Amino acid sequence: MNKVIEKTAKMIFLICAITGVLAVVSITVYMFIKGTPALKNVGIAELLFGNVWKPTANPPAYGIAYIILSSIIGTFMAVLIGIPVGLLTAVFLSELAGKKIATIVGGAVELLAAIPSVIYGLIGMMVLNPFLYKLELLVFKNKPEHQFTGGANLLAAIIVLAIMILPTVISISTSSLKLVPGNIKNASFALGATKIQTIFKVIIPAAKSGILTGVVLGIGRALGEAMAINMVAGGSVNVPLPFNSVRFLTTQLVSEMSYSSGVHRQVLFTVGLVLFIFIMIINFILLKMRRRDVMTNA
Amino acid sequence: MLKSKKRVSDIIMYILIYVCSFLSVLLLAGIIIYVFVRGISSVNWSFLTTVTSKLKGTVGIAGNIVNTLYIIIITMLIATPVGVGTAIYLNEYAKAGKLVTIIEYATETLAGIPSIIFGLFGMVFFGETLHMGYSLLTGSLTLILMVLPLITRNTQEALKTVPDSYRNGAIGLGAGKWHMIRTILIPSSMSGIITGVILAVGRIVGESAALLFTAGSAKALPKTLAALFPKLFQSGGTLTIQLYLSATSEGDFGTAFGIALVLLAIVFLINAGTKMLAGKFDVNRLK
Repeated sequence: MNKVIEKTAKMIFLICAITGVLAVVSITVYMFIKGTPALKNVGIAELLFGNVWKPTANPPAYGIAYIILSSIIGTFMAVLIGIPVGLLTAVFLSELAGKKIATIVGGAVELLAAIPSVIYGLIGMMVLNPFLYKLELLVFKNKPEHQFTGGANLLAAIIVLAIMILPTVISISTSSLKLVPGNIKNASFALGATKIQTIFKVIIPAAKSGILTGVVLGIGRALGEAMAINMVAGGSVNVPLPFNSVRFLTTQLVSEMSYSSGVHRQVLFTVGLVLFIFIMIINFILLKMRRRDVMTNA
Repeated sequence: MLKSKKRVSDIIMYILIYVCSFLSVLLLAGIIIYVFVRGISSVNWSFLTTVTSKLKGTVGIAGNIVNTLYIIIITMLIATPVGVGTAIYLNEYAKAGKLVTIIEYATETLAGIPSIIFGLFGMVFFGETLHMGYSLLTGSLTLILMVLPLITRNTQEALKTVPDSYRNGAIGLGAGKWHMIRTILIPSSMSGIITGVILAVGRIVGESAALLFTAGSAKALPKTLAALFPKLFQSGGTLTIQLYLSATSEGDFGTAFGIALVLLAIVFLINAGTKMLAGKFDVNRLK
């Protein structure tokens, strides 16, 4: 009797554990099944390298090159802003701040991570977009050929993304900076280095792999963010220039999935597949990095 | 000469570090104050207890609150046992090997998939292949996959802190493995499990991209308690979805900021809850 119970328990736990594996496998299979027909129906080159997006015109054009490019450039720029700011904050939290101030700043970072993305989008719409519109009017004062966006543009999306990845970068970097052994720091001080020199020449290089993990996680987060940037980036497929209204891989799905049909819908699934492949590459890099960390620590 | 040059660069770095650090605090304060000022005039009793209706002239989010709670309950009812079960299998049963590596990789991968992909998958798999359409059930099933890694990881962390002597003691006294798990392991890792559950609830409350194409956007309130059950198979928009629609297609910013304020309050309460639990956890470990 007891044996039966033990065996059933083990079986049930095993089934639970397999659920996650099944989920990953079926998501992957579905993304490929749904995402590949358009490659055949539209043509790989025309789809991935075409830069005209007119899904409802006759004849329709399904080029998603600008969409892919917007996602890459938007993510890259957001990370470029978010990482130095995040890393310096992490340095403050782990090396400079007193206990009380560290609690306040650390708490603020945690709460920033908890704020839903639609709220970032809403505030971006109400605060950032009008401000960027003023800037746009100033920059393009004598250029009537510029298509004015009302401030809903790539720049707005980059700023919102940079803010949204901050908590990820800060928390991962802070914990890896804290892991740097004290004797390395003391050795640096003993050699006459100042605190700042020690931080930038000794502590940060020693925590490099942990900080890099934070960077990669931040890239993944920025690439996958949908709702917030959908609200602030405008809505047309365009060359990703700072003051152009743009579409990202994610926002393309949010804005057109509900009314698409036929080939248009198939192409949207290809957009999803491209995003999925990007994310899987990032996941793979993360797994490799974690594994290497475990090996070197052991 | 050289020395003073170095000091200048040090000072510049100090300034940069301080500016960047206080940016986070400033951002948070700015967001809270802005949402509060813009949202407080919308939030009152009828906003929280009625449904927006032109006919009755009411503006309210009661339907969205019910939908959000509904999705939280269904999702957590399934995700909690499965997530905890996964952690128990990995920690207590599995021997290091291929299967464990695969399960751990899968958990990591799930945690890295963005919510819009979960939404897409939920829409085609639960919505179309399994014919559940836009419904609260489709939304919940989708979110289960999304929050599983959170619960699994937190439970695993908690299980790792349970000393081996507890396990050996129980087994030595003649308890079966299942009995030991049920009476020793689960109770002593309860605070870790609860932390995972609370974090997952927070994630669900803030989620929007995964729900847009799975749970839809209806905001009707069920008229009777009996009407709650069929609601499972009907479309229903959560607070975040309604915020998104209010701010974009409906252009009703009063409602949008009202919901934003309610969401911020919920999210901050959840954060305080996990903090409290974490504190408790530490004390237990010190004993």
